Amino acid sequence: MDEAMWAFGRVSGFVSLALFTGSVLLGILNRSGRPLMVLPRFSISILHRNIALLATVFLGLHVGSLLLDSFAKLNPVDIVVPFLGSFQPFWQGLGTVALDLVLAVVVTGLLRHRIGQRSFKAVHWLSYGVWPVAMAHALGNGTDVSSGWFLLLAAVSAVAVAAALLWRLSPSFLETSHARQGNLP
Amino acid sequence: MKTYLHIDWTSCDGRGLCTELLPGVLDRDDWGYPVARGKAGWERTDVPVRDADREAAQEAVFLCPKLALSLFERPGPEQEKRTPGR
Amino acid sequence: MSQARDIYPQVPRNGGPEGHRNGYPPTPLQAPRDSSRQEPRLLAAGPDAGWARHLDTFGTWEPQAAGPGLLEALAAAGLTGRGGAAFETWRKATATAGSGRKGLFPARPVVIANGAEGEPLSVKDRTLLAHAPHLVIDGLTALAAALGASMYVYAPAASLPRVQQSLCERPRGKRIHLAQAPETFISGESSAVVNMIANGTAVPMDQRRRLSESGLNGRPTLVVNVETLAQVALIARYGAQWFREAGTPTDPGTRLVSVSGPAPVRDVVLEVPGGAQLTAVLQEAGMDPASLSAVLVGGYHGRWVRPAAHALSPVGPPGRTARPGAGVIHALDLQTCGIQATARIVSYLANESARQCGPCMFGLPAMASVLNRIAGGETNPRLAAELDRLGRLVSGRGACRHPEGTTGLVSSALEVFAADFRAHLSGYCAGPGGAAA
Repeated sequence: MDEAMWAFGRVSGFVSLALFTGSVLLGILNRSGRPLMVLPRFSISILHRNIALLATVFLGLHVGSLLLDSFAKLNPVDIVVPFLGSFQPFWQGLGTVALDLVLAVVVTGLLRHRIGQRSFKAVHWLSYGVWPVAMAHALGNGTDVSSGWFLLLAAVSAVAVAAALLWRLSPSFLETSHARQGNLP
Repeated sequence: MKTYLHIDWTSCDGRGLCTELLPGVLDRDDWGYPVARGKAGWERTDVPVRDADREAAQEAVFLCPKLALSLFERPGPEQEKRTPGR
Repeated sequence: MSQARDIYPQVPRNGGPEGHRNGYPPTPLQAPRDSSRQEPRLLAAGPDAGWARHLDTFGTWEPQAAGPGLLEALAAAGLTGRGGAAFETWRKATATAGSGRKGLFPARPVVIANGAEGEPLSVKDRTLLAHAPHLVIDGLTALAAALGASMYVYAPAASLPRVQQSLCERPRGKRIHLAQAPETFISGESSAVVNMIANGTAVPMDQRRRLSESGLNGRPTLVVNVETLAQVALIARYGAQWFREAGTPTDPGTRLVSVSGPAPVRDVVLEVPGGAQLTAVLQEAGMDPASLSAVLVGGYHGRWVRPAAHALSPVGPPGRTARPGAGVIHALDLQTCGIQATARIVSYLANESARQCGPCMFGLPAMASVLNRIAGGETNPRLAAELDRLGRLVSGRGACRHPEGTTGLVSSALEVFAADFRAHLSGYCAGPGGAAA
């Protein structure tokens, strides 16, 4: 039983990270105001949200299964307060930090219409911080770093996120940037 | 009562989601901002919504990334006659 | 004088004094030179009227007695707003009073006297505040009494000391709050007025709920131009019948106009009857209509017209009426290129956008750029059509009326200067200094 929990905990962690990577990429694409091939803008927005929610579900499974696992020796306190864990407290603490930030981003995202755009936006910016923290947690804490497929996944994700960020900062990022720079059609 | 889709121009960033959800009602301008089709004056800010478009309009309000849209109901202009003092 | 004013000084002037444009206090009302002219009403107490001379001229003042029946009197008088929109004052006031009574906990309304005069060519409001501040305050207290409202005076820094001094002179003047208006074009827009007093930024706000429903701190708010308030004070004293003795049935009463023109014509503020003839007003200001090519009526959000038989009135047949807007009349001489003058104004207006609303933030600079290209001699025949298209695109799409005000000006330029546009687009400018010449 323990063995299964341990395995499930690791796998759900990977799935969660992969989904978060997808959500970050879709979020940046969404911000540009561009459709993606056959996907209209509103579908990208919904997909961005749903993938993030799914990633959060897997994050819950990841944490939940490791709480039940005797090998990981995770305390309920570790879910809230970082860097107190018994096993690799620093790397595990990064996971706690990412978890807390994700919860803040998800809750404010779901309550966007209630709390207003300004508060939502202020918290949503944290997403850019969550991703590297979560990735560091996976690399530092994970016991699969030696396996090739994991490193490949991590490298591809990192390159994709870095490229998206560079694009985000480029002057032609917005779909309408040409017209908005004062050029007539 | 008539239903209107109000565009808060101070919040709108022209991301274009509303124009996809309400293609018959809204067009996009040069800079991506919504333009009410066939409307002039204040009906370009408080855009009349037909019953058939209501659901799509609600979706647009929900999905607008800048929370720049809202739906409201108002009696038709002819019902707003007043007398001085009351 | 406002700094904004200095942005529009380059209309070529053939010598003559320039300095008078930047003086403060502004030129007082000119005394009527013959009986056919309008007797001064608003500035009847003369220059720099204090509390004593004010009472001497207009009679005693009981704001509480003026309150009951005031809105009915305003409706009977047919007074319209003198700040630009020319909306019936009683309707605005009644809507505000109505929202104040609604709900479980009725909110006390607010009346704000709006003395912000962002129009670079307008001086009538600061003239009124300098010479007849008590009449403005009378109107404010009367309207506030009718609505049971609290009171604010919102005015530029240069006008505030005079208002402050007047408040000290009168009984119960301490009840009126003062707020400073910044020197920007849009600082007088009514939601910008409320935003400035509430949050310290004089930019327009989204008005899903009208100010008459929810304005300053959520209270029903009535923003009224200072000249309108001075007219309210006169109606409260002398009644609707008297008010209608001047003007026409569709445009009753008088209005102040700020008239400016090519040097050596001095800028003046005149009080003219409703429906006054534009040519008569130009002549009264010392100009010969035959020596003018066009007249800007209503300010930067107004329209160019030919100096012909136009009545200055918010209503009337389109071809024969010029809407006075904020009361600005600015004449262009025959030597000045109307396209260049319009291009300068539109560049200024684009620059004065609060940059909150996309269509204004991007549309106005685009319009200015096209207009400047035409003014600068680019002979691309598609530019005029592009200007027209951009104007149609931005109008009606913003938190305030800055886009359609600008569009109205440009469309009137395309109409009045049609021949000049054709000349420019074929590489020729009728005016001096035209790069296309």
